Amino acid sequence: MITVETSRPAAARHYAGLSLRTWRIAGIAALLAAACVLPFSLSSYHLFQATQVLVYAIVLLGLNMLTGFNGQISLGHGAFYAIGAYTAAILLDKTGMPYWATIPFAGLVCLVAGFLFGRPALRLEGHYLALATFALAVSTPQILKYKHLESWTGGVQGIIISKPDAPAGLPLDSDQWLYFFCLIWTAPLFVVGWNLLRGRTGRAMVAIRDHPMAAATMGIDTALYKSLTFGVSAMYTGIAGALGALVAQFVSPDSFGFFLSISFLVGIVIGGIASISGAVFGAIFIEFVPNIADQISKAAPWAIYGIFLIAFMYLMPMGVAGVVRFAAARFARLASARRPG
Amino acid sequence: MYARRAWLAAAALAALALPAAAADTPGVTVSEIKIGQTMPYSGPASAYGTIGKAETAYFNMINEQGGINGRKLNLISLDDGYSPPKTVEQIRRLVEQEDVAFIFQSLGTPSNTAIQKYLNAKKVPQLFVATGASKWGDPEHFHWTMGWQPDYRTEARIYAKYILKEKPNAKVAILYQNDDFGKDYLIGLKEGLGDKAAKMIVQEASYEVTDPTVDSQVVGLQSAGADTLVTAATPKFAAQTIRKVFDIGWKPLHFMTNVSISVASVMTPAGPEKGVGIITASYGKDPTDPRWKDDAGMKQWRDFMAKYYPDGDQADASNVYGYGVAMTMVQVLKQCGNDLSRENVMKQAANLKNLDVPTLLPGIKINTSPTDYYPIQQMQLQKWDGKTWVLFGDVISGEGS
Amino acid sequence: MQALMHQVLSGLANGGIYASVALALVMIYQATHHVNFAQGEMAMFSTYVCWMLLQAGLPYWLAFILTLGFAFTAGVAIERIIVRPVEQAPVLTVVVVFIGLLIIINSLAGWLFSYTIKAFPSPFPSNAWYGSPFMSPHEVGMIFVTMVVLALVFAFFRFTPLGLAMRAAAQNPVSSRLVGIRVGWMLAMGWGLAGLIGSVAGMMAAPIVYLDPNMMGGILLYGFAAALVGGIDNPWGAVLGGFIVGVLENVAGAYVVGTELKLTVALVIIIGVLLVKPSGLFGRVLVTRV
Repeated sequence: MITVETSRPAAARHYAGLSLRTWRIAGIAALLAAACVLPFSLSSYHLFQATQVLVYAIVLLGLNMLTGFNGQISLGHGAFYAIGAYTAAILLDKTGMPYWATIPFAGLVCLVAGFLFGRPALRLEGHYLALATFALAVSTPQILKYKHLESWTGGVQGIIISKPDAPAGLPLDSDQWLYFFCLIWTAPLFVVGWNLLRGRTGRAMVAIRDHPMAAATMGIDTALYKSLTFGVSAMYTGIAGALGALVAQFVSPDSFGFFLSISFLVGIVIGGIASISGAVFGAIFIEFVPNIADQISKAAPWAIYGIFLIAFMYLMPMGVAGVVRFAAARFARLASARRPG
Repeated sequence: MYARRAWLAAAALAALALPAAAADTPGVTVSEIKIGQTMPYSGPASAYGTIGKAETAYFNMINEQGGINGRKLNLISLDDGYSPPKTVEQIRRLVEQEDVAFIFQSLGTPSNTAIQKYLNAKKVPQLFVATGASKWGDPEHFHWTMGWQPDYRTEARIYAKYILKEKPNAKVAILYQNDDFGKDYLIGLKEGLGDKAAKMIVQEASYEVTDPTVDSQVVGLQSAGADTLVTAATPKFAAQTIRKVFDIGWKPLHFMTNVSISVASVMTPAGPEKGVGIITASYGKDPTDPRWKDDAGMKQWRDFMAKYYPDGDQADASNVYGYGVAMTMVQVLKQCGNDLSRENVMKQAANLKNLDVPTLLPGIKINTSPTDYYPIQQMQLQKWDGKTWVLFGDVISGEGS
Repeated sequence: MQALMHQVLSGLANGGIYASVALALVMIYQATHHVNFAQGEMAMFSTYVCWMLLQAGLPYWLAFILTLGFAFTAGVAIERIIVRPVEQAPVLTVVVVFIGLLIIINSLAGWLFSYTIKAFPSPFPSNAWYGSPFMSPHEVGMIFVTMVVLALVFAFFRFTPLGLAMRAAAQNPVSSRLVGIRVGWMLAMGWGLAGLIGSVAGMMAAPIVYLDPNMMGGILLYGFAAALVGGIDNPWGAVLGGFIVGVLENVAGAYVVGTELKLTVALVIIIGVLLVKPSGLFGRVLVTRV
């Protein structure tokens, strides 16, 4: 008699007694809990910095979608950040709209702007797209200063915004409320982004990045996906820009020079290309490392920052998220080493 | 025995009083005054970073001489890269984390605009802001904010007045940097020319700091038929302008912003013979002008630079500027005596009477009052003769509105 | 009409600066298939080195040649020490390394030489016969120098075995190694030559724009645009692109929108060109087999 060994379907991997899914949910819950406790244990200034990190995290997630997952290099996301910020500022200044309503507006405006920019940009690849987006970033301050738009944008003087107060009844000061307000936007945006990138859309985006021709042959409408990705990416950045305007309470053309766009690119690479958690790591980097560099050397702080950049790239070419993933995989292997297959 | 108890009681009371004083006067202790500042040590305006360094050096000098009323000055100067969001962050750090007594000489109009509301709401003095925008002298709405230098609009108005008087049929062109600095000149010139502005100004041209040259703009202004030129440009572009105007054979009546009149940084690189006839309105002494070689005030400044800021460029007028403002600040603190509360610092800043700073032109004094938040309002016209700036006319009082 | 002529000639003069920077970018692209964002800062630093030598009293041409040597060596050193460790990394990682390099060099220059502008001498006499009110002798001389460098670069890549080896190493490192080409050193040489060309660009631009650490920022942007408009792999295209960008910028500013939107319009037009011809005006269109 011949016995045929049939393999049992592999049971779900269990690490230290819990499934991967449970670990993930637990991890995210813990993160959220920590994020909610933070405002009560940090000083006003550090809370301000933490709020800024949340804002940058949204930008970097948006940029990562476009550049990391979809392979379209953008050196111009500072422009969308500026559009979002100015949309919110102008609405607050000219129409008296409540501050919380300006955020979705800013997102919508940038969604359209991104899509409109992405459409013609379809023809451009690699360096050429980088130049086109870089041109966008460089011209943004000039457009914002343009005299015929001055009555809207406030020209070189910019627009001052009042800081929103916590809604009546909540025992929070305005800094804490602003932090929670940003968190209310950051968390769902990350969840939506996670869903998008893990699902069919995400796979289509990655396919377009890795093998555009094969993707097209498989029936993916590359033009549509690429433009949509641009739009969504711009929308994320625009929402972040509007939140950022509330945090800084001021918008001016000088706030949005091309160094901002460069910082965003640096952020996603340091954080980890094509990684969602990388957005948070990158945001922490671009917010805090310039301050650290300043404390190390007063004479040439940016030289120290540049050295940090290069050192990070040597030690972690896949970004911080890459290192974390590597460490997590190692840990996972150790934890499941005892389980029979 | 009673005397000893009295002494002990007095000592105990004094010991109790001191911490209480500290609670009312943030940033101040018996031995130290903490001062905050943001400066563009990096980014497009990094050339002005030397002002912060000169001021730090000046305070070091004061500390070595014993400080003010026994207190040392601790200037915490942070880099904001000329980016307003960064300025906001650094100022919040200085006020909330470092607990400084007040903010001194933060640089940049957008940067100061971003923090003005916050500082006034928190009642922190925003003293002697390093910008020439005209909006800082508004004690009614912004009690805690004060500028120092004569503002750009006043200067432009002085040029306009001169044009109206000496050359009423002039065809005026203006070249300006496309930011708050340049635009202030444009507005001031138009205000000064009044209802004649539309007729007299034949062409306006702007440039960005990222433009490599302004040659195209200069050529365009000449082609418009102008015979008078007002240039509101920072040193690099001012030098380019002077050179290009000469090279294309254009000989307009040429006014230059006093930001860019340094002999070593502008006139010499442009070519000293190329700038002959340029008029400017100034309030401070230029360190490379041979006229001030033996001047007592400049000698004092040079000794200071050699001893306390040897890395500083003695040809850079920014270093003279920083020295002058720091000296003004020290005077304010001296006037405060032992009451270094923020209210009193502000009160004394608005109480400067005929203060003579030796690096200012002779005849120009610093004056403030609770309704006059413009410390320096006087300027004098001077003309370049190929070797030096020659003063002419009287000291003019600008009507700071 | 005369005004237009004047603007065009002024644009050609500016274009000469962009063209020389674009050449350096094309050089490094052809040799390494990377766009080096730090090119401008390297050029600026080399110019400061030349300035130091001139301050020390050396005659112009001697300082010039020594600076070329410095720039070449610095380029090779940077490639071997800083770029080599990340050669195999993804493109964006390399880009961040370049950005880091840019920031470091800029910061060092500011620290060492301060931010006050410095005058830089021109080797072309100011009363030469080829000068005119429209274009100073230096501007004419600079264009001439750019064309000479262009011819040398073109001849180098087209007609010399070393140039061929460098192009091969960039396009197909694996096969090149099989044929015996030392790919690592080819890349290093590419960087050295690009640094050299960049330093020429810096030393030619400095007399016009004045020497300061932020000198090359705006120029690099236009140089980048010029290189792409002309085709990133074509030295002739890059130089022509430089002139086109220079004239376009001037004419747009003077006649089309006014100086307040000059930069924007110039860039919009460049993007427009790229949309019509995505590989640049003279770039090679790559056709891939599926």
